[in-house]
Amino acid sequence: MREDYLEIRDLRVEFDGFVAVDGVNLTVLQGDLRFLIGPNGAGKTTLVDAVTGLVPATGSARLDGVQLLGKSVHRIARSGVGRTFQTASVFEQLTVLQNLDIAAGAARNWRTLLRARSGIPPTVELAMETTGLTALRDRPAGELAHGQKQWLEIGMLLVQNATVLFLDEPVAGMSGEEREQTGELLRRIRRDHVVIVVEHDMQFLRSYADSVTVLASGKVLAEGTYAQVQADPRVQEVYLGPGHTAEPAPALGEVL
Amino acid sequence: MDAVLGQLYAGLSLGSVLLLIALGLTLTFGQMGVINMAHGEFLMAGAYTTYVVQQVVGGAGLSLLIALPLAFLVGGLLGVLLETTLISRLYSRPLDTLLVTWGVALVLQQLARDVFGAPAVEVRTPEWLKGNVDLFGAPFTKGRLFILGLALTAVLVLGVVLRYTALGRRIRAVVQSRGLAETSGIDTRATDRLTFFIGSGLAGIAGVALTLIASTQPYMGQTYIVDAFLVVVAGGVGRVRGAVLMAFGLGVLQATFAYSQSVSTAKVLLLICVIAFLQVRPQGLFSVKSRSLV
Amino acid sequence: MIGSATPAEAAAAEVSAPRARGPWTGRAAMLATYAVAAIVLFGAAPAMLTDFRLRMLAQFLCVAMVAVGIGLAWGSGGMLTLGQGLFFGLGAYIMAMHLQLSSAGPSGRPAFMVTGSDLPWWWELFRSPATALLGIVAVPGLLALLLGLSVFRRRVKGAYFAILSQASAAAFALLLISQQNTIGGSNGLSSFRQFFGFALNDPVNRRMLYFIAAGVLIAMVAVVHQLRRSRYGELLTAVRDGEERARFLGYDTAMVKVVAYVVAAVFAAIGGALFVPIVGIISPQNVGVVPSIGFLVGVAVGGRATLFGPVLGSLAVSYAGSTLSEQIESGWVYVQGFLFILVVAFLPGGLGSIAAVVRSRRRRPAADELPRGVPEPDAPDPEPTPADVRSGGA
Repeated sequence: MREDYLEIRDLRVEFDGFVAVDGVNLTVLQGDLRFLIGPNGAGKTTLVDAVTGLVPATGSARLDGVQLLGKSVHRIARSGVGRTFQTASVFEQLTVLQNLDIAAGAARNWRTLLRARSGIPPTVELAMETTGLTALRDRPAGELAHGQKQWLEIGMLLVQNATVLFLDEPVAGMSGEEREQTGELLRRIRRDHVVIVVEHDMQFLRSYADSVTVLASGKVLAEGTYAQVQADPRVQEVYLGPGHTAEPAPALGEVL
Repeated sequence: MDAVLGQLYAGLSLGSVLLLIALGLTLTFGQMGVINMAHGEFLMAGAYTTYVVQQVVGGAGLSLLIALPLAFLVGGLLGVLLETTLISRLYSRPLDTLLVTWGVALVLQQLARDVFGAPAVEVRTPEWLKGNVDLFGAPFTKGRLFILGLALTAVLVLGVVLRYTALGRRIRAVVQSRGLAETSGIDTRATDRLTFFIGSGLAGIAGVALTLIASTQPYMGQTYIVDAFLVVVAGGVGRVRGAVLMAFGLGVLQATFAYSQSVSTAKVLLLICVIAFLQVRPQGLFSVKSRSLV
Repeated sequence: MIGSATPAEAAAAEVSAPRARGPWTGRAAMLATYAVAAIVLFGAAPAMLTDFRLRMLAQFLCVAMVAVGIGLAWGSGGMLTLGQGLFFGLGAYIMAMHLQLSSAGPSGRPAFMVTGSDLPWWWELFRSPATALLGIVAVPGLLALLLGLSVFRRRVKGAYFAILSQASAAAFALLLISQQNTIGGSNGLSSFRQFFGFALNDPVNRRMLYFIAAGVLIAMVAVVHQLRRSRYGELLTAVRDGEERARFLGYDTAMVKVVAYVVAAVFAAIGGALFVPIVGIISPQNVGVVPSIGFLVGVAVGGRATLFGPVLGSLAVSYAGSTLSEQIESGWVYVQGFLFILVVAFLPGGLGSIAAVVRSRRRRPAADELPRGVPEPDAPDPEPTPADVRSGGA
């Protein structure tokens, strides 16, 4: 089986003269759990927006060699790019099951669409088990707790049959135990997906990142393992300001 | 040449009426996101105010000058009343606002019918606004010139108020970030009411202006409201400059179509133009916040 | 492992268990409802009402057809269609043209037309019954497809869509008024003698028209019922509440919305087409801005997001309108206006939701209980998490 990869070259996003993403190069392979970090306004979410088609960008972003930029949002999604959002975005009036069923069904034809759902698709069943939401199947998503909504969103990502998964702050607001479970889940899915996580939580990053890319002012500042990035004086400068290079890693988390 | 000028004048005249109505909507719809279908009825109230003043004062010229500020007050107070009783409960439900205010419009129309009767009432035009002036060799009625002047004055005053006064800064602050404005000590509720007062008051003034060129009757507001909303939609949300351009643009366009076609064909062509325009420039009609979608 | 449910989840599951009704109880209730509707419409009403009242009911049924479509587009899909008069009118005028041509005989001219003026070519399209019936569905359907695609693809939605659709109805009414010589202008079209070969002055045939209207209405409700319970119905609601999110899942949301919009348009057109032989006249007054909003009143009052609400609300409002305006003319306008204001502002779920609102008021504040037309996007406000701040220093 060949490996999937996402290759971003010279990506630029400009809003009214303000350059939010400035010539980013980034390659992520299947099996590599990549974390994207950087101070506020570094362009992390904008980068994800550009690759998923929400904001126009120049340069190139290819999934297994296929150009993504310039396509509409839903076509990019169908090409195999899925994402979650900082604030969990689920269909609040629909039940957990309905949410997952919709996420799993973008490729359905009209004949299937016009029938009622009979039984639960196996992928949906599996996603509910994986995310621990089986018991809440018939709950409207709007009634779920914050962490449950985030898991539902991850579940939707899983059944979407995407190759590239962007997760925007997946563990924000989760308890320690929930973070651990999410981290384990990410580790498992990276085996057959290209996974890119935007995250502020350094503890989480240290535990689960295979590799880290640091963005600052729209540019790639550093890339490597957690240890490599942590040791990079430029990264420390961005986070702590000039002259604070002495104190190593743990402080990184403190300021965030 | 005369024909071209004639159309241009007809377009400018229609445009200035649309502009007067759309200016108020720019504030209430554009800046506050409230779709007030009763805006046309505030205009109607302004027109009837002129009528009542004329009945009391007598002289057409003097009563026109009295009616202008008075209609502003009447329209504005009606607006504030509507805002505090109903609209303030519906800020998170813009479509429902539209429906509720339509119900209000219905009631106001019937009220006018019951008070003043269904037929149009006669509002006399002052002597000094009768007749034509010659502009570049083509006639322009004085009444329409007056409305054009009134519309431009309203734009100017509104522009100055929004840009340079403390009130204007407050309004813009609330529009841009309600939460931030609140934490920096702005009374957002009072600002809402004031914005609504000004917007609705402008409708009242538009009503006074309309008595010069149209008949004053209970359903007069309905004639212009749809076109005025189109002006605001096509002009871009909350943009005074966009409203000015679109009002005159649509006015001239409609006059041109009406010259070669019929008035109604012009309306249809106009609508097609607006939809086509939105194909090219849908900006401002949708906004996406990527960090939270639903 | 995430799979292990926390105690809180287990408790939640217990609470939610009774919610999941068995498919049979739901289906039985539905079948019973359809049966009652059929008995009332096909048995009780024709037996108890005079010919005059039955004709009136038939007219109300036609208006209710528009309401069923609006219920789908607005209630389930969140598209506030303020211009259904456009489609109602298209269906009605196509039917009216056909009826006039068939009443006038094979080579005859429509009654209103001045001698000497030529019959426009587009009248000829609807001379044959087959093309007329096709036109009633296809013309409004295609127009809705075109309009819908052009606005939804550009992501025009919410209030902007409502205003554009309203403007389209306004323009259509004006267009009709201006065509005095070709389509009867503000007088509209009337004096139809026969309906596909059946004489319209025969009371038996008028009864048949009523039965057709009743059957069509029930069929439409059944269609909407199937759409609502299908995967498409779930998808439509998902698009209503989170269009962008659905797009990120790979759905062409414009197409999803267009389908509901076209169905609503076709329903309105069929309602218009049946309205013509039943009422005997169609004029621009039936298709403009005011009647277009009028179609909405019943939907709002009955409950936009429910299956039967739009039909029941529409019938009730039509009935109340005709009864009250027979007695006090201006009174009905006030009643209609205030009813509309109160229901939309304070009971957005419709009158049928009173019980639910009262119940939930007793339990908890009912702020977010009811379906919303346009859900506002939440402010992008990632909550600061104390855990984040602490974790590094620990």
